[in-house]
Amino acid sequence: MILVWLLAIPFIGGFLCWQGERFGRGFPRWVGLITMSTVLAISLYLWVTGDYSQTLLNTSNPHWVEEFRADWIPRLGISFHLALDGLSLVLIVLTGLIGVIAIACSWNEVQRNVGFFHLNLLWNLAGVIGVFLAMDLFLFFFFWEMMLVPMYFLIALWGHNAPGGKGRVFAATKFFIFTQASGLLMLLAILALVFAHYAATDVLTFGYPELLTWTRSGAMSAQLEWWLMLGFFVAFAVKMPVVPLHSWLPDAHSQAPTAGSVDLAGILLKTAAYGILRFGVPFFPNASHQIAPFAMWLGVAGVIYGAVLSLSQHDVKRFVAYTSVSHMGFVLIGIYSGTEQSLQGVVIQMLAHGISAGALFILCGEVYERLHTRDLREMGGLWSRLPFLPPIAMFFSAAALGLPGLGNFIGEFLILVGSFPVNPVVTIVSASGLILAAVYSLMMMQRAFFGPPKSEEKLRDLNAREMTTMLSLMALILFMGLYPQPILDVTKATMAGVQAVYATGLPVSATAMIGVQP
Amino acid sequence: MNRQQLLALLPILFSSATVVWVMTAIAIKRHHWWNATFSVIGLNLALIGCVVAYFVSPQIVTPLLIVDSYSCLYMAMVLATGLATATLSHAYMEGYDGNKEEVYLLLNLSVLGGLVLVCARHFASFFIGLELLSVPLYGLIGYLVKERRSLEASMKYLVLSAAASAFILFGMALIYSQTGALAFSDIGARVAAISGSGYTVMVVGGAMILVGIGFKLSLAPFHLWTPDVYEGAPAPVAAYLATASKVAVFAVLLRFFIEAKAYNYELLLDVLTALAIVSIVLGNLLALLQDNIKRLLAYSSIAHFGYLLVAFIAAGQFATEAVGVYLLTYVVTTLAAFGVVTLMSSPYKNHDADTLWDYRGLFWRRPYLSTILTIALLSLAGIPMTAGFIGKFYAITAGVEKRQWLLLGAVVFGSAVGLYYYLRAMVQLYLRAPWVRRYSAPLAWAQGTGGAMVVALAVLMLVLGIYPQPFIAAIQAAGLH
Repeated sequence: MILVWLLAIPFIGGFLCWQGERFGRGFPRWVGLITMSTVLAISLYLWVTGDYSQTLLNTSNPHWVEEFRADWIPRLGISFHLALDGLSLVLIVLTGLIGVIAIACSWNEVQRNVGFFHLNLLWNLAGVIGVFLAMDLFLFFFFWEMMLVPMYFLIALWGHNAPGGKGRVFAATKFFIFTQASGLLMLLAILALVFAHYAATDVLTFGYPELLTWTRSGAMSAQLEWWLMLGFFVAFAVKMPVVPLHSWLPDAHSQAPTAGSVDLAGILLKTAAYGILRFGVPFFPNASHQIAPFAMWLGVAGVIYGAVLSLSQHDVKRFVAYTSVSHMGFVLIGIYSGTEQSLQGVVIQMLAHGISAGALFILCGEVYERLHTRDLREMGGLWSRLPFLPPIAMFFSAAALGLPGLGNFIGEFLILVGSFPVNPVVTIVSASGLILAAVYSLMMMQRAFFGPPKSEEKLRDLNAREMTTMLSLMALILFMGLYPQPILDVTKATMAGVQAVYATGLPVSATAMIGVQP
Repeated sequence: MNRQQLLALLPILFSSATVVWVMTAIAIKRHHWWNATFSVIGLNLALIGCVVAYFVSPQIVTPLLIVDSYSCLYMAMVLATGLATATLSHAYMEGYDGNKEEVYLLLNLSVLGGLVLVCARHFASFFIGLELLSVPLYGLIGYLVKERRSLEASMKYLVLSAAASAFILFGMALIYSQTGALAFSDIGARVAAISGSGYTVMVVGGAMILVGIGFKLSLAPFHLWTPDVYEGAPAPVAAYLATASKVAVFAVLLRFFIEAKAYNYELLLDVLTALAIVSIVLGNLLALLQDNIKRLLAYSSIAHFGYLLVAFIAAGQFATEAVGVYLLTYVVTTLAAFGVVTLMSSPYKNHDADTLWDYRGLFWRRPYLSTILTIALLSLAGIPMTAGFIGKFYAITAGVEKRQWLLLGAVVFGSAVGLYYYLRAMVQLYLRAPWVRRYSAPLAWAQGTGGAMVVALAVLMLVLGIYPQPFIAAIQAAGLH
């Protein structure tokens, strides 16, 4: 039942925020903050009390840490099935954390329609939590699509019309159409999977455990597996985003309000990686093996492409957006390497990138609040005008470039170590991304904070609220960099399960998979 | 005719009585509220009649009509749509300075036609129902006689509708010439024996009926009248046109296809496949260009009937169920969308608030009304948590079950394109309007019956989207066997 509450609290909180605006602008903010803090507290409670040494993918002792199941649409074999394991847990903790941070960072930025803003933010977070908990494919798709609408509103209504861009409504619409259309392909794949299962067993169900048992029994034809895998892969690749399906991301980021960017980079992109780990690989190990080299090279392309493009950005939010493309490229490489180290690295990389990119977006927002520009050409010399903000930005840039001792380093290092035995060439080429990361991070620092100041006027420095959020994020990144073991322990069982399933997969011969539709 | 059959006929009898009753009431004294109330009472009685008819079903009443659970479901849908239209008309006509009362007379006549059509099992009742459904619509569409667009729409609909009816009659004649039967099931029984040139005549006949039906359902390429007529018609009439008239025609089409075994004609199915794809593609692409919300909804309805045909063509175990669910979700959603347009337009004499600009920034003035329109547009786009998602889910499920990959590709393409214009319309509600606004709903919009109806539809959209099981069970029970 606790899982239902985890989902219901943000929904209820969002509704209260909307209706509570009549009590003043502060009310929705506090309600939102309390709501997300509650979610964070519940997820931490689950972390402390649960035993995460087992997972469904372990055939020896298949069970979930927490589970809730109720009939929803029995006619179609759809149930309201929520369950929790280590992977879901850490991502929900991240969601709670990013939620608190997002609300805190928009405390002053959002002044219009505060209630409706928090409704959208909280419902979006609720949808993300739903994605991480859903163990029924229909339910998963339901949340997957549902979380987009609030995000659309966040970008379209509270976004910026960045100069040179096509406007926030355009960016929001582009985001929505990209993700929704690719989602429909996933829906086709889900339905085809369900009906293949129905044809074979005469049981109509959308349940993840049932379908997983069936696909693991090897009853699916290679051709069908290949096409279904592609349907899932495209949806996740758009959301992740994988080059060349990434073009919505810089637009969305550059127009979104700070909280929207934090949310988008911090957790929305992670739903894609989660989807591959939870559904893409376990359902279709053979086809995943088949696509792995291709996917890894796509990841490499993302790493290099994102890094190179970020070098030439003037808008600092577009800059961070392209670095996100680069970092998510590592995640893709890690997933399709399929070794235990690389999969563990993926988890750390997701968390660390969620926090560091979120922090960078918040810093962008804070700079914007003070300078009213996000153009790097108009910054310069901020180091002398602000006492605390520049060093903090330096810290998170260092995190993004993978400085040892900070969380991102652990993630990237584990991914590279894990992928080396699988495909050394990919590892070597993608490692150059680390060098590029150093180049773009330092260049951004140089352009924004060093050099001759544009004006001598001192700027208002971080207030207590901004300082607290920043310091807590710094502490977390540092903690992840120095002692990642607790996180690795929690997700170990799930990742070992994914790795075990993946290891059973065999690359199919090319002739078996090429063919017309199933 | 025995008692059971009379009971089964109750909805049609009540509906006929209402027509007479409303006509008499108008003749005695013109009073807008009373006349509207009379017709609403009549429609409600007919709805109760549906429940009664369900318990005595199935009944074949004369060779013309059959009242089974399937027709009860669709009769209820037509009647509920008629009710919604009547309440919306009441809100809408309040400001009209001509004679308001005949709207309800024409509406009831048209609903009666819909009921007959839904129960039809014979070409004669098929045609009678279709004409009874369509002819009052000429009057309804042109009801605002002083408005040029309204009159133009009425004439356009009259001419094209008459042409479509002629096609259908000719098609019926051709089929009769080969089978010598007019009842659907008799045609089905004799169809197998026909071969050679007779087969060609049958296919031509079927195709001509399809052309006529395609017109009534505004499937591309027979859709040309739709945007103009929707734009010109008063908003509640457009709502009726987009829902009840199409539901009834689709219901009889499905019955005809199943009873007359038309599914055996591959050629007809290929034609339908082509119609579906063209409707989806054309409807969605042309909707991109619209700045008028009624035209936009018109093109969107063209696309939606394309999606519906996907479920129809798939025709497997899920077909009747999928069609039923899709129609239900479509009706609820479309009524809500047109309902908001109606409420926005109601205080303005003879002119509807129909350009997208009229809705700009509405959320900040009428938040709940805008929320309803938002839900309706999201539902039309098929976003989860709304009814439209369940409908689209069913259509895609039926398609996947029968492996209609080409049609599914069209659905995915159409949905992606559709998002663009639905979002474009939706975001208008939330943008700040920098200029003086001309149109707004009355402040007390929710206190009238029209407002209550729209709120109820919004709740229904959400319930259908979140917990559809009871509705699915009801529709499943009303399958065609």
